[in-house]
Amino acid sequence: MRAMTHTISGWGGYPKQEAQVLAPLSLSSCQSQLGRNECLLARGMGRSYGDCANATTVLQTSYLNHFIAFDSGTGLLTVEAGVMLRDILKVTVKRGWFLPVTPGTSFVTIGGAVASDVHGKNHHVAGTFGQHVMSITLLLGTGEIVSTSPTELPDLFHATCGGMGLTGVILTATIQLIPIQSAYMDQKIIKTGSLEAACAAFEEHWDSTYSVAWIDCLVTGKQLGRSVLMVGEHAKDSGLDLTIKDPITLPVYTPAAVLNRVTMRAFNQIYYFKASHLKTRVVPILPFFYPLDAIGDWNKLYGRAGFVQYQFVLPKERGVANMRKVLAKIAQSGSGSFLAVLKQFGVANQNMLSFPIEGYTLALDFKVSATNLTLLQKLDEMVVGMGGRVYLAKDALMQEVVFKKTYPKWQAFEAVREKYGAIGKFASAQSMRLGLA
Amino acid sequence: MSRILIIGATSVIAEHCARVWAGRGDACYLVARCEERLTAIAADLRVRGAAQVNTYCMDLNNLPNHTTMLEAAEMTLGEIDAVLIAHGTLPDQKRCEQSVDETIKEINTNAVSTIHLLTLLAKRFEAKRAGMIAVISSVAGDRGRASNYVYGSAKAMITTYMSGLRQRLYKSNVAVLTIKPGFVDTPMTASFNKGVLWAKPSTVAVKIVHAIDKRKDEVYVPAFWWVVMMLIKSIPTVFFKKTKV
Repeated sequence: MRAMTHTISGWGGYPKQEAQVLAPLSLSSCQSQLGRNECLLARGMGRSYGDCANATTVLQTSYLNHFIAFDSGTGLLTVEAGVMLRDILKVTVKRGWFLPVTPGTSFVTIGGAVASDVHGKNHHVAGTFGQHVMSITLLLGTGEIVSTSPTELPDLFHATCGGMGLTGVILTATIQLIPIQSAYMDQKIIKTGSLEAACAAFEEHWDSTYSVAWIDCLVTGKQLGRSVLMVGEHAKDSGLDLTIKDPITLPVYTPAAVLNRVTMRAFNQIYYFKASHLKTRVVPILPFFYPLDAIGDWNKLYGRAGFVQYQFVLPKERGVANMRKVLAKIAQSGSGSFLAVLKQFGVANQNMLSFPIEGYTLALDFKVSATNLTLLQKLDEMVVGMGGRVYLAKDALMQEVVFKKTYPKWQAFEAVREKYGAIGKFASAQSMRLGLA
Repeated sequence: MSRILIIGATSVIAEHCARVWAGRGDACYLVARCEERLTAIAADLRVRGAAQVNTYCMDLNNLPNHTTMLEAAEMTLGEIDAVLIAHGTLPDQKRCEQSVDETIKEINTNAVSTIHLLTLLAKRFEAKRAGMIAVISSVAGDRGRASNYVYGSAKAMITTYMSGLRQRLYKSNVAVLTIKPGFVDTPMTASFNKGVLWAKPSTVAVKIVHAIDKRKDEVYVPAFWWVVMMLIKSIPTVFFKKTKV
């Protein structure tokens, strides 16, 4: 295996880093690479946004993309870490099984999904991805390969799910899929005129399995936070045939100036007025969960300088009022993105660095610019003051003090890393910025 | 269901072809050197839906073993409908220039072992008057270039051998396909900087499987390489020797 130096970055294209990229062909060669390199970090598809998968030496899992076992009677699936969610769907949907939790893109690996403890539109009923992981095999800093689960080395398991790859190299994972009867979704749209109405609509649809809202982050005043809420259930019929198309690709970067206040305002107006209230329809499963997967490289829309995706959560108590304050700040800046997503979270789990806590979460993109970076720092201050936190899988900027205040289990996390030989062996640009050893 | 023998089954291009076949419910017999990877690929293909997957671990430079391997494959599959030969290495051109041993070793791996196999396979397929033999050659075999002519000449040998074999086996109803990939992003090319000319192994595999289905004679994958190589071949030698293409 030849190592190669490449410029790598997260999906946001910011920040970038020169890295030695190792792409092992087998699980055992991960072990030998670990021995040969002082410090490294496993990296999947590079779909996290900021610098959490940036490191001077990365162990790219592209070739560790094998299915190991699948029981179509029970839905128990074991795969190598580099298998993408999209690959899983190609194999399991036709046999009547779907991912228990899925983020907004199918182009992420299982290793990435576990390391970021990703959530989806069903967080309020299903929790995070890690809650459906039955076991993980992990390559420790000592070179030893261990199996960990909620009952087997539970401390290691709860540090690894959401642990950003800092406890070891995730080699394989066994997950419990959920049964489906259809490759389609029954979708309903609820249009709301303000943030308060949107949050009330989430409460009202608490029993819907999937719910998410697009929210207008540019409109100010009374209509602040107007949203289009989408709720869905797995359909009962229409068959299990999955239509899967390769994305159309955006061959070049668009000049960053294309996404400006005027174009984004126009997009938001059209999106809001085009949506029809209380409309129900049956939609294929892939566009329902992964609307942006139709366009490959959509991140290039933000130009070469890249963007930062900012996702935070605010506790439920005073959540709506607090969210209004943050939204007002964003709307006032006028630099919020053309696509912002609001979601109500259910209760938190026990994974040490897992992001979700009960409350409201908002995700939006900011073009990289000096003004926006200052704005994001102000937003961090507001979020901390409100008892919230920022999602590590998207973060590119958070300061150490903010991290240590908002992720109170960080010391327990470090203790587990110490215990299992991860300190000094696994690190990312993010972990160094956040003051993890 | 087709029964396919895949030689060099741990090649990432071959592996992606096998994934397509597995998804269709075909049976695959995998031959390669690395046991660990063979086992992982076999399990993977079973989950993806292959009717049957068997493996055979060997170094293809061990020529006397070819017959034993082919007999084992025939015994297991019952009948071989198609064979894909995909093993190979990318020589270090600079090292080859300094070492006869290195050059011969690379020619053995990339040409001699394949021709050894093809000779054995041709006899078998000719006798049963059916089947498909597909071999991964390369655009590099179309014209020798300073940067990789050891590899290129081995592939040229394959291409020329296949051309003759195709003519010979035509009347026996055996299809002979020469596959000429351009730049493909695989472990073999890990040390190259990738640009717009580079294709993903999964894309290339779909085209190879299609060409095998259609019993084609020769394919460039992706197809634009036909144009590129036409241009490169059309440069008069008197100029070509002075260029760096």
